[in-house]
Amino acid sequence: MPVDLRTRLGHVELPAPVLAASGCAGTGRELAQFIDIARIGAIITKSIMIEPRAGNPTPRVAETPSGMLSSVGMQGPGIDAFLQRDLPWLLSRGARAVVSIAGSSAAEYAELAARLSDAAGVTAIEINLSCQNAGSRGQVFAHHPDAAARVVDAVRRSTRYDIPVFAKLSPDVTDITSVARSCVAAGSDGLSMVSAVRGMVIDTETMRPSLAGITGELSGPAIRPVAVRCIWQVRQVLRDVPIIGMGGVRSGRDALELILAGASMIAVGTAVFHDPSACARVQRELEDELAQRGVERVADVIGLAHHPARPAASPLRRQA
Amino acid sequence: MKDGEAGVAPVQVRGPVLTVRRIDAYYALTMVAPPIATRFRPGQFIAVAVGGPETSMLLRRAFFVHDVRPDHGGTVEFVFTARGPGTRWLAARRGRDLLDAAGPLGRPFPVPRDPVSCLLIGVDYGSTPLFPLADRLRSRGCQVDFLLGGSSVDRVFGALRARRAGRSATITTTDGSLGVRGVVTDMLSQVIHEARTDAIYASAPMPVLREVTMLASRYEIPVQACVEETMACGTGTCMTCVLPVVGADGITRIVRSCTAGPVFRGDAVRWDDVGTIPFDALGAPGWKPPGQPQEAAPGGPPRRAAGERGHAR
Repeated sequence: MPVDLRTRLGHVELPAPVLAASGCAGTGRELAQFIDIARIGAIITKSIMIEPRAGNPTPRVAETPSGMLSSVGMQGPGIDAFLQRDLPWLLSRGARAVVSIAGSSAAEYAELAARLSDAAGVTAIEINLSCQNAGSRGQVFAHHPDAAARVVDAVRRSTRYDIPVFAKLSPDVTDITSVARSCVAAGSDGLSMVSAVRGMVIDTETMRPSLAGITGELSGPAIRPVAVRCIWQVRQVLRDVPIIGMGGVRSGRDALELILAGASMIAVGTAVFHDPSACARVQRELEDELAQRGVERVADVIGLAHHPARPAASPLRRQA
Repeated sequence: MKDGEAGVAPVQVRGPVLTVRRIDAYYALTMVAPPIATRFRPGQFIAVAVGGPETSMLLRRAFFVHDVRPDHGGTVEFVFTARGPGTRWLAARRGRDLLDAAGPLGRPFPVPRDPVSCLLIGVDYGSTPLFPLADRLRSRGCQVDFLLGGSSVDRVFGALRARRAGRSATITTTDGSLGVRGVVTDMLSQVIHEARTDAIYASAPMPVLREVTMLASRYEIPVQACVEETMACGTGTCMTCVLPVVGADGITRIVRSCTAGPVFRGDAVRWDDVGTIPFDALGAPGWKPPGQPQEAAPGGPPRRAAGERGHAR
């Protein structure tokens, strides 16, 4: 029997719980060469900023054990080109677009949210909080509950009421639950967890940092346990807040792990670089994993790992 | 396939390895991949996953396609050096091992409409995409001359095939173990004169491409340069293989070599600024849309960017 994969993103229903993570799906065109992007839950776009941005010098990437360190520096076309070219294309292909936004002040985020609210067809907004706050000596919004909350508040106020807003949290904090709480209090309809972990690689041949940007973002299966921990911790304190889980998901089994920790949806990121059809494959594998366990609806297993263990072999199998 | 066709969509193929051969300092791997072989045009590349399904090596390795053949429905051959764990894994593949390859990727070499005299320049195994190109050029009635280089005789890839396929083949090695002692650019002017070159195709490290473009511009010969940048995916999603390229509108953009390239017009690439974000590139720090006054980047210029190399324009 097919598993019911429908899931809710705020009040929006998605046909499947597997998304393409921000920054790993390009504009969607690149992925569409290999998979049907209308069949996966949604595409989370590469973070959009107000102006076009050239990003960082190269080298921008270094391979690490089961991961990669990257420092692209938010290269992107800017909101005008995105609204003119990329968003209509995604919608024309029947894909759902969760638009990730990034800025250097709460006002910039708010402007982006307002522009997106005026455009038709935005399924949700993800707030990339791993950006430097120009007003606070370049500190990262996601690292401070108050700074994060100010951005979320500004975005929620300028976003149309029927577009859910998801704040994306960084695991590089002492207590992720306090950031999560303040984002939700400021109006975030859900949370995306986690963004990549800050890391660094030194090339021992040249004896210099491998990346032009010196430090970079570590992503891939190497950080999956970090993502599971963060989702678990936040789910413990905010039971009813929907979570898009991401961080090192490579297979259906990994997706299930994040869902058991409390994610309602999962996004596939770095795995796409390794396997351009990863999103579709993970979705297929997740369905198989659920079917093997006798689960009829993916919604039944969200956060199930928080439930105390039961002696019965399967707490899920319903009476036939 | 017709020329000027706006890119045939790549495919992801899991195909068996046919052979892995040692050729001098290099390995040549042939795999069965009919959909890639039929779509391929010279200059395009494939992105290969290494290490098997549970690998800890997540980045795809990009290789120029050296040869496609119709046997077994279509095979693809690429050439590499075993210098890291990923390429060593590839070198250890045996017949029937499965390989996951995506391709053909990137913008192929444009070919001239008229039968002209073409010079094909390759350094080390950068020469690999030139051989299918030579076949294609000759089938269109073009004259093909080769200029190949490498540090030593075992590093010059395809010298024999170049001698067979080209009207002439000039070889340079830095140690003098084959052909002329020196580098390809030492011989460039002479070869251009002798071959009455109309167009140049080059596949080599960036500094060589830069110099070839510079020398060719003196003779007003157009150059199609095939670049090799570090890539994570090869499919256009990772945004890591970028370099500054001037568009037809005169604006410099930071473009992906996997989707906008790997073949670029030599005079469009800002060779001196490769590895940097030139201050006048679209979206560089402090960049403003045309018409608005330029202002200094907030917080000062970033490392290795913003005019550090003083590109005069």
